Amino acid sequence: MSEEVKKIMFTVRKPPHGSIYVYEGLEVKLIMAAYDADISVVFMDDGVFALKQGQDTKELGIKGFAATYGVMVDYEISKMYVDRKSMEDRGMTEDDLLVIGEDEDTEEPVKPKVVEAEEIAAMMGEQHNILVF
Amino acid sequence: MLHTVNKSPFGNGSLESCLRFMNAGDVLLLLEDGVNGAIAGTSMVGLIEQAMAKNEVYAISADLKARGLTNLIPGIKVIDYAGFVDLVEKHTTHAWL
Repeated sequence: MSEEVKKIMFTVRKPPHGSIYVYEGLEVKLIMAAYDADISVVFMDDGVFALKQGQDTKELGIKGFAATYGVMVDYEISKMYVDRKSMEDRGMTEDDLLVIGEDEDTEEPVKPKVVEAEEIAAMMGEQHNILVF
Repeated sequence: MLHTVNKSPFGNGSLESCLRFMNAGDVLLLLEDGVNGAIAGTSMVGLIEQAMAKNEVYAISADLKARGLTNLIPGIKVIDYAGFVDLVEKHTTHAWL
């Protein structure tokens, strides 16, 4: 059991910038990426706004973090998922999503994977732990 | 899996989202303002009853008492904090904060 790689999921349900949740969640992900864990990240509800392309926080006077999502794949966190209904309810399409890295072989841009609620529910059921942001 | 909801479903979408992501056999626990979802005769009854067909639904007694809620949807199991601990012990937890 102790040798087993832990499966840890992050669920992101808060919109970015209005609170510190999403940013803190990102920090925790990057820290945990340094450990040997099987990490997945699921954006749902208002959390999908954190993945919108073209965020510019300059006039808010805060550091934006959208670009940091763009290096997730470099941190070997490539299991990033978006709940389709949450995205569509908020007028977003796959084209609106941030690029989170590029494919090692093809160098094609990688985007978070859009999935259905049932698939997310099944993944939740496999986790050792779920962290909520 | 144990899903906990602590926000009122009448001002927040957490309960509805939670119900959308539950697997059959998962357990739902309503606590704090989330217990508003346990009341009979509300617009949430249909969704809760639908969930109860494949999931157990619990509510924390202290939160119900604090809010004077006695008329609950039949089938909802009322538990105390010790019962809450038992559920947490048995399941991986996801809190819909």
